[in-house]
Amino acid sequence: MIYFDNAATTLPKPREVIEAVAQAMCSMGNAGRGAHTATLGASRIIYDTREKLAHFFGAESPKQIAFTSNSTEALNTALKGILNPGNHVVTTVLEHNSVLRPLYELEKTGVELTFVGCDEKGMVRYEEIGEAIRENTRAIVCTHASNLTGNLLDIRRIGELARAHGLLFIVDASQTAGVFPIDVRDMKIDILCFTGHKGLMGPQGTGGMYVREGLSVRPLKTGGSGVQTYSREHPKEMPTALEAGTLNGHGIAGLGAAVELLEAAGLDKIRAYEQELMRLFYEGVKEIPGVRVYGDFSQKERCAIVALNIGDYDSAEVSDELLVTYGIATRAGGHCAPLMHKALGTVEQGAVRFSFSWHNTKEEVETAVRAIRELAEN
Amino acid sequence: MMRKKTLKLVVTFHTTADAMAMEKACKTQNAPGRLIPVPRQISAGCGLAWCAELSEREQLQEILRAVGVEEQAMHECMV
Repeated sequence: MIYFDNAATTLPKPREVIEAVAQAMCSMGNAGRGAHTATLGASRIIYDTREKLAHFFGAESPKQIAFTSNSTEALNTALKGILNPGNHVVTTVLEHNSVLRPLYELEKTGVELTFVGCDEKGMVRYEEIGEAIRENTRAIVCTHASNLTGNLLDIRRIGELARAHGLLFIVDASQTAGVFPIDVRDMKIDILCFTGHKGLMGPQGTGGMYVREGLSVRPLKTGGSGVQTYSREHPKEMPTALEAGTLNGHGIAGLGAAVELLEAAGLDKIRAYEQELMRLFYEGVKEIPGVRVYGDFSQKERCAIVALNIGDYDSAEVSDELLVTYGIATRAGGHCAPLMHKALGTVEQGAVRFSFSWHNTKEEVETAVRAIRELAEN
Repeated sequence: MMRKKTLKLVVTFHTTADAMAMEKACKTQNAPGRLIPVPRQISAGCGLAWCAELSEREQLQEILRAVGVEEQAMHECMV
């Protein structure tokens, strides 16, 4: 199989990550539950990963990083933990359902929403973000990059706007963490939500959130914390405030190994290679008659994603054909980004998404270009 | 060139878990077919469907009943 579904999850995981998970499963106790060798070993590995992520994202301290099971949990925690009835929030049509659905839920409780639109290439209209800000605006929430088109947003620009208006800035880094450098303080990010199993190359079921020092977020869940047993309330101190119950220690051990590997290999180097594959594919398919590519490819930096359609063919049918005939794995249909599909006019047809990673080769990309050319022939 | 379509039986489900239960049950009972992305003609969006020959209808209905999987719908369409 030629795997071009890395925006869904990167595959395969690095050997170092697999070994770290296996090792953890042989040695880890439950972190923060007691003081014997196995539990302390688990606590050390988890703290070590926390430290690595804090350094990776430029956080004030490791305690500002809370682990979650994925971006969705982090985003739900962030949005439901800071927005109150009567608050207004500005977001974009590029968002994934992990942002949209919690917001629609909050809307029913009295939170007001404004969706900033995009141009024909799916790029957000930055000027509309500022125009949408009202007296009761509490936050701006947006993705760092569209999971459908790969378009990258200028997070620093939006962060500065949010800070200038005294608003909280929440970023969904699902497609970019581990790919693009993110410095939360430099980019004026108050809450950064990330998953561990995409660009970070870690195991599924890992992820987390950075919360700016001094900002209090209501937890989504409360329970076992390993401290303050006799208190009726869950501890309010970060990161425990947002971590109830046993953590995914085995996965977090793998995530720690992944971050270490990425830092050693160099994000810029990995990204340059992925971008090269993405450009090679884009250049190969963009002129094929009947092929329509979505997204802004005039951007110097963008995610290694190319979404396309062939004529009026159902994207599900094209994706299935790519798998059955050519052994190429892609994602078809709607991509949990309903407003983006609406803006691009692909609600019915969906889109076939190719997403590349450092494990892919130029030969694989050339095979995919040939496949698209053959499928597009009448 | 895309391959020629033929009329097939396509079963859609409420959840991915139901689709996986269906696949497992069909494999156990040697019922031929495979999981495919839901065709647009049935529903725009995403999700998995079980695709089989038209002649499999009765056997599939039996399997669905036996495993307690609630199908969303059973369609005949060109796939």
